[in-house]
Amino acid sequence: MDETFRHIGKKKARVDALDIVTGKAKFLNDLKFPEMLHGAVLRSPHPHALIKDMDKTEAESLPGVRAVLTWKDVPDWRGGTPRYTRILDQKVRYVGDAVALIAAEDEEIAREATKRIRVEYEILPGVFDMDEAQKPDAPQLYEQFPGNVVTPGMPFFGPKSLREVVMGNVEKGFQDAEVISEGIFGYENIPNPIPLESPGAIALWEEPNHLTLWVSNQASYMDKITLFHVTNRTVNVRIIGGPCGGSFGSKFMSWQIQCYAALLSRATGKPLKLVLTKEEHLATFTLRPASRIHAKVGMKKDGTLTAIQGEWWIDTGYYSMTTQAQVAVGCGELQIMAQCSNWDLRTKIICTNRNASGIVRGFGGQELKCAFIPLLSLAMEKAEIDPLEFLKKNFVQPGGGYFWRDGIWYDYRGIDYRKVMEEGAERFGWREKWKGWLKPTAVNGPKRRGVGVGIHGNADIGEDASEAYVRLYPDATATIHSCVTEHGTGQITNYIRMVAEVLKIPMEWVSLTPADSMMTPYEFGPAGSRGTYAIGAAVIAAAEDAKKTLLELFAKKMSLQPQDLDTEDGFVFVKARPDKRLSWKAMSVDRTITGYGRFEPDYSLTNCMISFVEVEVDTETGKLILLRVVNATDVGRIIDPPGLENQLNGCLGSGGIDSAIFEEMVLDRKRGYLLNANLIDYKWRSFLELPVIKNVVLETPMPTHRFQAVGVGEIATSPGPSAILMAVSNAIGRWVHHYPLTPERILMALRGEEAQG
Amino acid sequence: MSNPYHCGYNLHSKTLHTASPGGGLKKTRQSKIRLHVNGKLHDLEVGDKPHQIKPSHTLAHTLRETLGLTGTKLSCDEGACGACTVLMDGKAVLSCMLLTVECHGKTILTIEGLRNPETGELDPIQKSFIEHTAFQCGFCTPGMIMSTKALLLKHPHPSEEQVKEGLSGNFCRCISHYHVLEAIRALTGEKGHS
Repeated sequence: MDETFRHIGKKKARVDALDIVTGKAKFLNDLKFPEMLHGAVLRSPHPHALIKDMDKTEAESLPGVRAVLTWKDVPDWRGGTPRYTRILDQKVRYVGDAVALIAAEDEEIAREATKRIRVEYEILPGVFDMDEAQKPDAPQLYEQFPGNVVTPGMPFFGPKSLREVVMGNVEKGFQDAEVISEGIFGYENIPNPIPLESPGAIALWEEPNHLTLWVSNQASYMDKITLFHVTNRTVNVRIIGGPCGGSFGSKFMSWQIQCYAALLSRATGKPLKLVLTKEEHLATFTLRPASRIHAKVGMKKDGTLTAIQGEWWIDTGYYSMTTQAQVAVGCGELQIMAQCSNWDLRTKIICTNRNASGIVRGFGGQELKCAFIPLLSLAMEKAEIDPLEFLKKNFVQPGGGYFWRDGIWYDYRGIDYRKVMEEGAERFGWREKWKGWLKPTAVNGPKRRGVGVGIHGNADIGEDASEAYVRLYPDATATIHSCVTEHGTGQITNYIRMVAEVLKIPMEWVSLTPADSMMTPYEFGPAGSRGTYAIGAAVIAAAEDAKKTLLELFAKKMSLQPQDLDTEDGFVFVKARPDKRLSWKAMSVDRTITGYGRFEPDYSLTNCMISFVEVEVDTETGKLILLRVVNATDVGRIIDPPGLENQLNGCLGSGGIDSAIFEEMVLDRKRGYLLNANLIDYKWRSFLELPVIKNVVLETPMPTHRFQAVGVGEIATSPGPSAILMAVSNAIGRWVHHYPLTPERILMALRGEEAQG
Repeated sequence: MSNPYHCGYNLHSKTLHTASPGGGLKKTRQSKIRLHVNGKLHDLEVGDKPHQIKPSHTLAHTLRETLGLTGTKLSCDEGACGACTVLMDGKAVLSCMLLTVECHGKTILTIEGLRNPETGELDPIQKSFIEHTAFQCGFCTPGMIMSTKALLLKHPHPSEEQVKEGLSGNFCRCISHYHVLEAIRALTGEKGHS
């Protein structure tokens, strides 16, 4: 049925647009409260050490200082999966680990106080590499993790939580293979998502155990749940979320900062703000996990995969809350792009003495595939297969399936994405530009051009649960109660759009509550491209439920049946006689109507994005220029045209395509320092270096959603990085496998030297 | 702690003019910094008390914490990201890189002052940013808009390259660049390159 819409798919101003362009939008650091104190953190200069002694008297006596907390002063709150990382510990495990927390009347005093705490360390040897960490005499980060290998078990995903892909018979698969490739490949440059707004929190502790936190995060309600567990279920947490100045996954989880603020508020009885400096943000907040595979693939000459075998190692840094979840999802996502009957892929998460890994767009799948596609490429070269044909052949299609994060097999019930892959290829001019493996598209003196392609699909578009209420008022307005905040995708406007569409009222009549966990139901938050399908479905269901109650109420008043009625522009009307209508005012002023909607997780669908890139390499200088990107995706139906375009353009930054070109955190692997923890030395793309981006979006209706749509925002960063390696390899006629492709690495490859890192 | 006299060469307040070059902190405390911000005059005392301007305060800090103009954002706080861009005497400056005591007598325009003060009408740049959804999270947007304002004051009809150069100091991690360029093109009539 072809429905006409008044809001869906229309270009509309975002509901927060006026606040954003006038500076009225209140981000976390813009909030102030009476008597508010400021927090700061004293951090370890050593990557691994025991705190033997501390003297905080001088800091405490500094005028304006209200509290100084060390590991001896705080309760045994723990995070990590499993939960072995204490909020403050006698042991420090990376350069930047928290040693003491200070509350003071202003930030300057708080930072000054950090310099007046005397700490005596017993310095321990550190370990900064996954191979080294597993050696028998390696320094041990935790007594609970012998050999520095994290104990598996992701309670959130259930007892069968995916940590390996084992099925079929890989031995037979390799016998059946016509080509085999094997090797060690990595994506270990730990790019940093760096949202512009630094992470922070404002806490107010009220005795005996009530904690209110103001946050600017990606998943406000989840902060409540995380903190509840971190505090050993002793603290009653209320979260109030506001606009989030960028996240890209990273601000889905900031339990440590929230706990620091909470503990300092508890110690002082005052509201307390703690916001990381940019240097702290880069050096101590979570990074993308580092990924390395030792693997082997078997393939037929026609591109059919016969076997995938290997180990996937993940360097999680000194701990991680979410790495096991990323491993589970990454294992699932590899299956989505590489359908194969025979698997033996094992995983191992390893701790080293650098800052922790956390969530970044691509959530495990990008990490695994950026290492895996170069391995697949070697096999494709041997089989002389065009990578586009390989991707079309092996991406999940109806009839296929995969084990998802909970360890359960899902039969795929989505659409066939080959059409959009072909459409993207056509718009890019793939067939004209592809000259074969290790063959440039064009050569102009020392400058050589090459093309590459990558793909990503994710079954998290329907992950986790969402709940919402929609409340109708007699003045024909509606309010959505949902614990979501705007982090850049424009989805707040889209939930309003969806509800307005269901109720057939102007968007201006619909509003959304603040993201206050006290007045909204459960919400996992916008992540994994789930905003459109999962959150959208809950909000739509709540609106439908409210509408149903409204029609039932009016049916009684009009002596008709609910199915005889519909509503538009604040009037309930008789479908057969639209002129016979009654205003919502007839609800009477003493009534509101509340609908409830819930989305149950559904892992049987995936989204898909394919990215084609064209690069130019100067073989004299090693300089790599990204000329052009074509992203192609099928979203079922476009809900928000400019919002979608913005999300797809996001493919470059936040640890996306540019993680193959110049983005990396440079870790001094002897001393454990991150050498470029500031926005001058951490390279980012400016306006002067923009490639041409074309986004190709198809709309094949997906019956799973009220408006036939599926989300795609999160995965925009994921197909690109491996496509860059492919394109550069083709341009220069030699394999390059290391991220990022700095001029130095490209020149080394041209000289035939093995690049390091 | 830096002595305000070291950067006080352009201060015009009477107190400072009469102070001897070797004058101590006592005189400094009595001195005032005059700022014209968004058409409003502010005489701010220099000193160490909570309501006063410390010699170490940056213009960004004063705008945000003393004057409550939190539309100006702070991110890197070291002149790398452009989030704190404001106009000073019509030119784009990074307010995190200026000490407030250096800004005596200056005219500052922040994002809050961009609307027409009488009618409340939005600046055309603001309108165009809304029209083109030229933002995602919106944290960099005040800085982007102020850089654009400075650019268009200097070059009412900038070339594509001038626009990119003018905004090259503004960091955006969501990659709203393409929509920002469209928003500016729509204002200047410059045709985009595809």
